[in-house]
Amino acid sequence: MRELVVLSGKGGTGKTSICGSLAVLAANKVLADCDVDAANLHLLLEPEIKSSSPFYGLPKAQINDDLCLACDLCAHLCRFNAIRGQRVLTGNCEGCGVCYHACPCEAVEMLPHIAGELHLSKTRYGPLVHANLGVAEDNSGKLVAAVRKKARQVAEAEKKELIITDGPPGVGCPVISCLSGIDLVLVVTEPTLSGMHDMERMLDLADFFNVKAVVCINKWDLHPGNTESIEASCRRRDVPVPVRLPYDQIVKEAACRAQPVVQYGSGPVVDGIVALWDELRTRLV
Amino acid sequence: MIVAVASGKGGTGKTTVAASLALVAAEKGPVQYLDCDVEEPNGHLLLHPAWEHRRAVTVPVPVIDRDKCNFCGRCAQICAFHALAVLPDEVLVFPELCHGCGGCQYFCPMKAITENKREIGCVETGQSGAIQFVHGCLQVGEAICTPLIGAVKEQAAPGTLTILDAPPGTSCPVIKTVTNAGFCILVTEPTPFGLHDLRLAVKMVKKLGIPCGIIINRSDGQDQLIVEFSRDMHIPVLFRLPEDRMVAEGYAGGMPAVTVRPAWKPLFQNLLDGLEAGKQCVS
Amino acid sequence: MQVAVCAQEGSPDAAVDPRFGRCQCLVLVNRENNYWESIANPGINSSGGAGIQTAQTLVDRRVEAVLVGRIGPKAMAVFQRAGIKVFGGITGTVRESIDLYHRGKLPLLDGANSIAHAGMGGGFKKA
Repeated sequence: MRELVVLSGKGGTGKTSICGSLAVLAANKVLADCDVDAANLHLLLEPEIKSSSPFYGLPKAQINDDLCLACDLCAHLCRFNAIRGQRVLTGNCEGCGVCYHACPCEAVEMLPHIAGELHLSKTRYGPLVHANLGVAEDNSGKLVAAVRKKARQVAEAEKKELIITDGPPGVGCPVISCLSGIDLVLVVTEPTLSGMHDMERMLDLADFFNVKAVVCINKWDLHPGNTESIEASCRRRDVPVPVRLPYDQIVKEAACRAQPVVQYGSGPVVDGIVALWDELRTRLV
Repeated sequence: MIVAVASGKGGTGKTTVAASLALVAAEKGPVQYLDCDVEEPNGHLLLHPAWEHRRAVTVPVPVIDRDKCNFCGRCAQICAFHALAVLPDEVLVFPELCHGCGGCQYFCPMKAITENKREIGCVETGQSGAIQFVHGCLQVGEAICTPLIGAVKEQAAPGTLTILDAPPGTSCPVIKTVTNAGFCILVTEPTPFGLHDLRLAVKMVKKLGIPCGIIINRSDGQDQLIVEFSRDMHIPVLFRLPEDRMVAEGYAGGMPAVTVRPAWKPLFQNLLDGLEAGKQCVS
Repeated sequence: MQVAVCAQEGSPDAAVDPRFGRCQCLVLVNRENNYWESIANPGINSSGGAGIQTAQTLVDRRVEAVLVGRIGPKAMAVFQRAGIKVFGGITGTVRESIDLYHRGKLPLLDGANSIAHAGMGGGFKKA
């Protein structure tokens, strides 16, 4: 079984649109949406949820008023300003448990709490594992790990050869969770200074994890000069850049109609994505 | 006043809006631009500050005094993040897992633990015309960014207009950024993706009790999706920025929207006037 | 002295689990009398540092060797500093893997064979 993760660093480069199109083109695969902060892949794939399960975050402290003597030791020790007036500010609580261990009258409990939900869905392109994290919840790195685990289970059970993962934005904890143990990463970038800046960080990260990378430049004609610098930088890093995708309103039109662009229309963008998939496929074998 | 610019979805034009707002505000008086997207700081690519100062941001990490330690294992039991392992005659510390809660130090019966500092990133400050520019830059591979966001926000000067460029999403780093803001601008685009993520962002902002307004970016006139949602939620649509290839090209080359399209400046000026007057302006 | 094997269930006939920090169960087998016991893996539900927690448990049990599928750098560092040998390449059941170990057929690992999951740097600081 092989795992392809699509990442971008910067948001809005077209990662999910491309991922949705790869979902149409690839055969015998499981899809996973690890963009758990703002999961969008399902909007393109019209999933029918088959099963859902709660996802637990780190336990958080809670103070039992009946036992509390208001000594305020917990507030004094808490490094995260999560206790004020014998109340736990759940949003600030990191779940370190210092208050729980320190309380002289055992008034602090560490309670598990539901941070989100994990879904397994059926789509016309194959099974999709996706999740939603409660608003103002953190722990997305752990949820990413849970999504990937579920996707692997499904792939094994249904004898699928490939997992295509729509990765989270950024270069932090959720992205790191996404990169461990995968076969190939596709970095979708755009020829903007921020897109280039973020691509470099993504490639550093891929290097660090010893994962092979392929770069796709979306909306390349917005700045041909920057596109050339991206390609030059990738050559220096020995990272292939098989296709340039042009700026085309068809991508937004497809998104507005909630369809993968290769399904919705035709033209240079669609041809480019098809060529991209051919390249990715040879590298995944 | 602190104004946060956020969006559920990445790439909707958050930095474009924040930078344009700062540039327009700077024409009238001092303004601060704090880039809180420490994983992917991008504001400097549009505002081109002249850097003046760099400060390392550190988090505490335990140091074990081997002469005092009796290898009882209490620290490893206490640590909720498994950042310590106690062997028969040695204690291993894994700094990148440490959240700096101080538990190991407090509970060590031998008082064998002290704290040292570990750098997770830096805060850089500079000047871009009349804009005081601050951003945080997380070291590649660091997983915990909220202390760095805190350090960026510490630079906010009371009494000055402070614009915060928030990270995308609705999780911890965004909450850390947006908390205590006087107003939150939510930037979206008129697609089902934009709406889906806007919905999450609105939930977050409401939960924090911060007044907010929506800017529809890359509008093609077909904004019903967003407009209906904003009406249902009783949130004003502050203004729209049209889909504009010139602006997209300008952005690609590091040029802010209001520099490419000076005609857009009044939109931002009206918004600033409204914020100053303490009312949420609706276009 | 005991040898620990990462397993999917708590019995010598259970299938091995290729994961370390998130393996379902640890089966400990005494090499002299073949007496076995199983312990739950405490790391399985932790949100980070699972491998370290699992390794700590085995250090506390004073096992002489650990048989794994994949193991990350942090857990590996714990075993290396503790002087516990780690062997890779487990396959089939716990019993079969123990047998391979006794016959010297499992490779001794001198470093991690899986990459770090939480944070990076992978290293540790000496006390």
